[in-house]
Amino acid sequence: MITDFSEIITLSLRVSGIALFFSTLLGLPIGALIGLYRFPGRKLVVALLYTGMGFPPVVIGLLVYLLLSRSGPLGSLGLPWLPELFTPGAMIIAQTIISFPMVAGFTMAAILAIDPQLRQQIRSLGASEWQIAMTLLSEVRLGVIVSIVAGFGSIISEVGAVMLVGGNIAGRTRVMTTAIVLETRKGNFDLALALGAVLLGLTFLANLIMLRLQGKVLD
Amino acid sequence: MTEIVYQLRNLAKEYAGRRVLDIDFLDIYRGEVLAIVGPSGSGKSTLLQLLNFLESPCQGTITFNGEVYHSARLPSLEVRRRVTTVFQRPLLLNRTVWQNVFYGLALRNSPEREQRARQALNQVGMLDAAHQGALSLSGGEGQRVSLARAIALQPQVLLLDEPTANLDPYNIRKIEDIIKDLNRDQQVTMVVVTHNIFQARRLAQRVAFLMEGKLIEVASNPAFFESPQDARTAAFVAGDMVY
Ligand SMILES: Nc1ncnc2c1ncn2[C@@H]1O[C@H](COP(=O)(O)OP(=O)(O)OP(=O)(O)O)[C@@H](O)[C@H]1O
Ligand SMILES: [Mg+2]
Repeated sequence: MITDFSEIITLSLRVSGIALFFSTLLGLPIGALIGLYRFPGRKLVVALLYTGMGFPPVVIGLLVYLLLSRSGPLGSLGLPWLPELFTPGAMIIAQTIISFPMVAGFTMAAILAIDPQLRQQIRSLGASEWQIAMTLLSEVRLGVIVSIVAGFGSIISEVGAVMLVGGNIAGRTRVMTTAIVLETRKGNFDLALALGAVLLGLTFLANLIMLRLQGKVLD
Repeated sequence: MTEIVYQLRNLAKEYAGRRVLDIDFLDIYRGEVLAIVGPSGSGKSTLLQLLNFLESPCQGTITFNGEVYHSARLPSLEVRRRVTTVFQRPLLLNRTVWQNVFYGLALRNSPEREQRARQALNQVGMLDAAHQGALSLSGGEGQRVSLARAIALQPQVLLLDEPTANLDPYNIRKIEDIIKDLNRDQQVTMVVVTHNIFQARRLAQRVAFLMEGKLIEVASNPAFFESPQDARTAAFVAGDMVY
């Protein structure tokens, strides 16, 4: 029982942690590019990003499901590096797609909020284009951290997509949210509540850590 | 023979099709302090941005240290680094005062960074606030840090946009002294934008009057004030200009 419990939590954290890593890897540069530079097609990318931020996660789950299923376009190709359905890998893909628009969108918004004259001032102090970009990113470090927290929040507590592509298989793809759904349905309110408390505590802890980090960066 | 640092020829800048700056001819000499005066919105800040190569002109050329630049030929980073601007508003980074002054020096990997940063902060009387967050400074303190950040770089050309706008009389004098010292001791070429006629008189060897993007008159100090050639200059100097 207890091992199940901690297994579920560990898997949740592992899946969402890895997904968050990839969505930051993807979302941060995309958000920075859109925030920093004007280029043809930028408006379209922004529109897509906003759509992505508001996209129902369960639909993303459905799309990833179709994509990975054996009869789907990618499943039929039999690519060895693609995870199969009902594995943690499939859940990581879904969660990455759900959260990277958040990271990109909030990063972009933070950069766009910078006084345009500050950029001129930085350039005037002798910064190269690359140094300007890095300095502006460091100016919005809080916004970047917030974007990552938002990304984490959007996936750790998500049910539909992980249910679809993970399948809620005990000991393999059962995460906190899907376990809560199952245990509640079975009438195991104690376990459901305990998992709920852990989920709540985790989101709280994440925010606390981020706040601490913010303080450090500022000093 | 006086060396020329900048030669502006037929230079224009437009925003959204509106011509905000249109200068046929202007030379800026090595080691001089040139004051730019003129009504609000006449293009003074825009001129500084062009001189710092922060904006590119839509027409005309800027010759800097003998090299010709225009919209299709912008200076290299190394050339740009010889010029810096103290902006009208102090635009400080969300870091400590010290890190702000250190910033440009670090970009350049300048030698004796620590010492130069400390000296610059000391000059503007802000060394005691070195470890304070720059965004928590008052307007006048921010302006002084902004100046320290620029002089620490020991630029060939220093562009100052209303450097004393937020300051009290004591600090105005202090900043003016720093400007004069820099010019006298290190022959830093300076262009100072000011609304204050008296400040232009105190600081500059030459004064230029800008109005609606055009150079109306450029003359040496004090001739500019005492015998202006253009009626509009005379009205501006006398404070009679209505705009
Ligand atoms: N980035 C910009 N986009 C559009 N218009 C601009 C921009 N920068 C300046 N302008 C316009 O160009 C004109 C000149 O502006 P500038 O800032 O050079 O004036 P100024 O002489 O410095 O005025 P002030 O004394 O009030 O600072 C103004 O009408 C201003 O609205
Ligand atoms: Mg101005």
